[in-house]
Amino acid sequence: MQFGIFTVGDVTTDPTTGRTPSEHERINAMVTIALKAEEVGLDVFATGEHHNPPFVPSSPTTMLGYIAARTKRLILSTATTLITTNDPVKIAEDYAMLQHLADGRVDLMLGRGNTGPVYPWFGQDIRQGLDLAKENYGLLRRLWREDVVNWEGKFRTSLQGFTSTPRPLHGVPPFVWHGSIRSPEIADQAAFYGDGFFHNNIFWPAEHTRRMVQLYRRRYAHYGHGRPEEAVVGLGGQVFMRKNSQDAVREFRPYFDNAPVYGHGPSLEDFTEQTPLTVGSPQQVIERTLSFRETVGDYQRQLFLMDHAGLPLKTVLEQIDMLGEDVVPVLREEFANGRPADVPDAPTHAALVAAAESADSAKGVTTA
Amino acid sequence: MKLVAVSAGLSTPSSTRLLADRLASSVHGALVAHGHEVEIHVIELRELAVAIANNLVTGFPPPQLAAAIDTVTASSGLITVTPVFTASYSGLFKSFFDLIDPEALSGKPVLIAATGGTARHSLVLEHALRPLFAYLRATVVPTAVYAASEDWGSGGDAYTEGLPGRMERAGAELAALMAARPADAVPEDDVTALERQLSDLRFD
Repeated sequence: MQFGIFTVGDVTTDPTTGRTPSEHERINAMVTIALKAEEVGLDVFATGEHHNPPFVPSSPTTMLGYIAARTKRLILSTATTLITTNDPVKIAEDYAMLQHLADGRVDLMLGRGNTGPVYPWFGQDIRQGLDLAKENYGLLRRLWREDVVNWEGKFRTSLQGFTSTPRPLHGVPPFVWHGSIRSPEIADQAAFYGDGFFHNNIFWPAEHTRRMVQLYRRRYAHYGHGRPEEAVVGLGGQVFMRKNSQDAVREFRPYFDNAPVYGHGPSLEDFTEQTPLTVGSPQQVIERTLSFRETVGDYQRQLFLMDHAGLPLKTVLEQIDMLGEDVVPVLREEFANGRPADVPDAPTHAALVAAAESADSAKGVTTA
Repeated sequence: MKLVAVSAGLSTPSSTRLLADRLASSVHGALVAHGHEVEIHVIELRELAVAIANNLVTGFPPPQLAAAIDTVTASSGLITVTPVFTASYSGLFKSFFDLIDPEALSGKPVLIAATGGTARHSLVLEHALRPLFAYLRATVVPTAVYAASEDWGSGGDAYTEGLPGRMERAGAELAALMAARPADAVPEDDVTALERQLSDLRFD
């Protein structure tokens, strides 16, 4: 199982000081957070992609390429890459390039994006969001898997004899997760291709996450990729920890009360009871996170949202230290406990290459 | 069958709640007279005011609000009563119905009613409540009941029946629709239906 962090990349005023970081500070903070993730032994760093203030990460492969050069082990991912408003040709090229530079430490999570005004800035229309996601992803897959592509569709100019370069590293495209909070069609798309499904598991009750993951697992089996338990599932989560749980609650409350998404609404107590948000001691975080397994079954990737709502960088780095030192080692051990042998491991480039080679040798093909 | 009354009255005691109770007993009487068994539930939106605001902010209903929404959508007939605020239904009343899946009340027999300090606002029922439930594709009974302060203590006039007569007529209309309507099929445990209940996020 893989553990990591995902970031939205919002520039938010710290409600306790009234200070707003500059874009430059925020971008550097995201990089520092990624480096810290590797330092404390986490497996994954994933960045959001946004094209409107107050968010800064408009160019994920630029950022991830820079982080790749400064890390050795960390898997670099996205949460999410916009499959609707990005040209699939550009996604194919950018992420293949990143894959080469990062020696395969790359996967990506595709999402539709739900901000209506962003679509027309890229020549698209949110009302076509689902159709865009389907057509663009169909093309993206072909660009990574076929050396020469002839293609015609509804949303972009057709391609004749097109080769996307560079070709994926070792001929194996990056693993793809499909991220969706609420669209059953996206869970179905992930299942159709036998790709991973990621639920952000942050804003709403766990019951909703359970239903979406169950749908994905059921459809995964329906499309003949294996049994429901063999599907590849990732979850988000958000936590705030201090040794003493009262300290965690006291320190996090002003950030919660003013958070861009749920602030000025329910109390911290109600929200932690009704959603997967956990504010407390590392032990409480461990227990809550282990309970996700009861909700969705044994799964492959757990990402935590740590840097949001205006939390200062220093605090975020302390949180990641605790995550790496006190929480994740226990989670690794506990999640491995009683995990059935047929539950797949989390995807890595090396594993995908090995799988491709064994499939080729079964067919009697040799690769150069 | 299950009769549900939603009252958006804010004071205690409330004339809006009183009207909801009187209408419920009118519908109850008409149904029992025809041999039906009726269970009455009254939902006071005042008790859900904070939960409704929280749902608007977070996109999901807290448990007590989720239970109220389920009660409304699973009813065989619905009575909705709002005080008139600034020439329309109250914001609380509208916010509650904003949080219900727009298809969940399709075909549901509904009786609309309102209270106000003056009879001059009675057309609120026709220009605000009836279009709201028409949008939701509910079946709204022809008689809508408006109770102004003076209605509680006076009879009718040459043009209109008094409040008791109007309540009885409206109650009989709702009872007839409820009795004529086949029981709802049990909805599937469907993630698509769940999805519709959850409102948009601004942050993905």
